[in-house]
Amino acid sequence: MFRLVDETSVDTLKLSIEGREYDVPVGISVAAAVLLCGITRLRNTPVSGSPRLPYCMMGICFDCLMTIDGFPNQQACQLEVRENMTIEIQQGAAELLQQR
Amino acid sequence: MKDHYQLLVIGAGPAGLAAAAEAARLGLDVALVDEQKAPGGQIYRNVGSIQEPVSTYLGKDYLRGKPLVEEFLQSGATYINSASVWYLDERLETGLLIDGASHFITAERLILATGAQERPMPLPGWQLPGVMTAGAGQILLKSAAMIPSRRVVLAGSGPLLLLIAWQYLQVGVKIGAIIDTTPGSGFSKLLPYLPRALPAFDYLLKGLSFILAIKKAGIPVYKAVADLRAEGHESLESVSFTTGLGDGNKRTEIDMEAETLLLHQGVIPNLRLPLAAGCELEWDALQQSWKIVKDIWGQSSVDQVLVAGDCAGIVGARAGELQGRLCALQAAHQLKKIDLQPRDRAATRIKRSLQRHLSIRPFLDTLYPPAKAYQLPDDETLVCRCEEVNAGQIREAARMGCVGPNQVKAFTRCGMGPCQGCLCGSTVSALIADETGASMEQVGYFRVRPPFKPITLGELANT
Repeated sequence: MFRLVDETSVDTLKLSIEGREYDVPVGISVAAAVLLCGITRLRNTPVSGSPRLPYCMMGICFDCLMTIDGFPNQQACQLEVRENMTIEIQQGAAELLQQR
Repeated sequence: MKDHYQLLVIGAGPAGLAAAAEAARLGLDVALVDEQKAPGGQIYRNVGSIQEPVSTYLGKDYLRGKPLVEEFLQSGATYINSASVWYLDERLETGLLIDGASHFITAERLILATGAQERPMPLPGWQLPGVMTAGAGQILLKSAAMIPSRRVVLAGSGPLLLLIAWQYLQVGVKIGAIIDTTPGSGFSKLLPYLPRALPAFDYLLKGLSFILAIKKAGIPVYKAVADLRAEGHESLESVSFTTGLGDGNKRTEIDMEAETLLLHQGVIPNLRLPLAAGCELEWDALQQSWKIVKDIWGQSSVDQVLVAGDCAGIVGARAGELQGRLCALQAAHQLKKIDLQPRDRAATRIKRSLQRHLSIRPFLDTLYPPAKAYQLPDDETLVCRCEEVNAGQIREAARMGCVGPNQVKAFTRCGMGPCQGCLCGSTVSALIADETGASMEQVGYFRVRPPFKPITLGELANT
């Protein structure tokens, strides 16, 4: 869906999305990483369960809420990728209490 | 970071950066809070560390942000980055969420410079994966050096749509088509604004150069567009619309394959924090948007709150920067750091320059009015993306007697999701006004309440 302007000289780090490992450029947002890795949905809505991907990329629309390192409702466009980050699709609304 | 400053500025775009730098220079104890990790806002996003060749693709106007960011970083103002404002009330206590912990800051004066957001463009299928705002496309280019890998279509109206088309052409992105939804406003409506726009002739030339580049590149541009839809099952597959010249001319139906659709129909103020602080609103019929009531210094209806840049009414980056400087002068005067005469002396040149940059606005606002079809969408079109409420449900609530958006919210949950109405507010007010025959002023806007960002009890307790 999206690619890098220049794929050569980029520092990368490893993270996982839905259990699969990816190398992504250092310094980009989680939402950008999701688009770069060709993920087709990052959440299912709480009302109809329909799939969504990032819409505004600037923290306004909240369409990019994901579960990141076990924490639900994280705005993927506002968070920078980190080494070994665990990123999961958010299914509907977040559970109030979680086992950690 | 302290828990009290003389002046707190919120937003590190052109207006906020200029305000904070100017205030620090005038001797105020000032902090600037911003959600991003680096200064620049959305327009100058990542400008401090942008690399070649992307910096060249983005153009000269983008690089104007560099000296401003430098000026701010060297000004001595405290910079609080990666901080989300989750709380602000009429007592002007500001709640920040930084790395999983909540902090409260108070200040004697507040300058709000929270910028603009894109005007929502509800059309059938705009919630499908693959449909994004043109601004989102630009942010991906600025902050991640990313471009659409397959067929991208641009749709909508306004200068930013032309700009991103031009930027994509520089990078070598293949643009499938530009679908121009600008209603034909007619040259006669524009003419009265042209003489006033002439001092800002450079804006007009720039726009023309974009249009020529698009033409030269041979990108298909469709005009007089109606019935625009994004189509697909689990994600965007195609874009369909009809095109024609109107006046009874035959319309052609077009259905084109697309993997990415970028939408844009101008920008509107990001009102959330000014509203939370209790600032008075007014409706701007020419800009077709709400703006914050203020004087030339940016003084809002709330004594301790000044507003600068696009969050108070769309003025653009250059004018926003100048408004930020005027706000800082006024705050410094109010806090007894600068007398009346030196304030006015310093302001003379800024005001003159501001006048020039503002002179283009009525022309642009008349040239690119938002199309009715995406302000008053069909009944089946989703208006509230969070709670998945469509235009028909909002019309029905209005027919049942809801006189304003807050009642519609209670009846339909529209605007009650995590974005708190940012993506539906302008449409909801317009739909109610249209359905009931009331004016926008009578209908009003959503009430804003904290928390503005999802915050857990753990984060709230973790100070």
